[in-house]
Amino acid sequence: MKLLYFAWLRSKVGIGEEAITPPAEVATVGQLIDWLKTRSPGHAAAFADLRVVRVAVNHDYVQLEAPVVAGDEIAFFPPVTGG
Amino acid sequence: MIRVQREDFDIGAEVARLYAGNGRVGGVCVFAGLVRDYLGHDPAEAPQVRAMTLEHYPGMTEKKLAEIEAEARQRWPLEEVIIIHRYGRLEPGDRIVLVATASAHRDAAFESCRFLIDWLKTRAPFWKLEETPDGGQWVDARDSDEAAAERWSR
Repeated sequence: MKLLYFAWLRSKVGIGEEAITPPAEVATVGQLIDWLKTRSPGHAAAFADLRVVRVAVNHDYVQLEAPVVAGDEIAFFPPVTGG
Repeated sequence: MIRVQREDFDIGAEVARLYAGNGRVGGVCVFAGLVRDYLGHDPAEAPQVRAMTLEHYPGMTEKKLAEIEAEARQRWPLEEVIIIHRYGRLEPGDRIVLVATASAHRDAAFESCRFLIDWLKTRAPFWKLEETPDGGQWVDARDSDEAAAERWSR
């Protein structure tokens, strides 16, 4: 899986992008986040309040229950502020 | 038509191109978004903004903007649509975004233009980092933007 972080999530995690292979039991976005939080203090800080985190899988918005599979591009970012 | 670019755009030239040669267009509505020189809502209280950097998610940005345009075309009889959004470092007074709609009659042009910018602001993956005298600050999303987009849901 390819993970992308934008805006302050990138600052907190410390990187903009990473390739990961989570354990087999990680099947949803929510489970992926729980696993990521154990990877580093930066990850834990980025995902401390999920009310301000949006998730896209393969360029579409998803909820925490959405499935994730090998090969997905998963992006984490704050609520958008363009325009 | 969707464009996501670092470069500035010429509002007059873009709008003229929108209806050039199309005799069915009777009305064009234009929204242009600019960089303000202060944070928040109250210019007297707020710290000054020296510049802002707009970041986006290449690939998803274009996809979401295309979906928003398609939704507008379903809801209103539009001849032409243009959405241009810039990214990178911008200074106060700089143009950020252009939304223009062309239709046979003004109602469709006005309503769809408002719809496009409202949905863009809550769905297109852009983020603003403002440079203030105290350093960089990520702009928070506003509930009022969410409410503006919500008016169009059905």
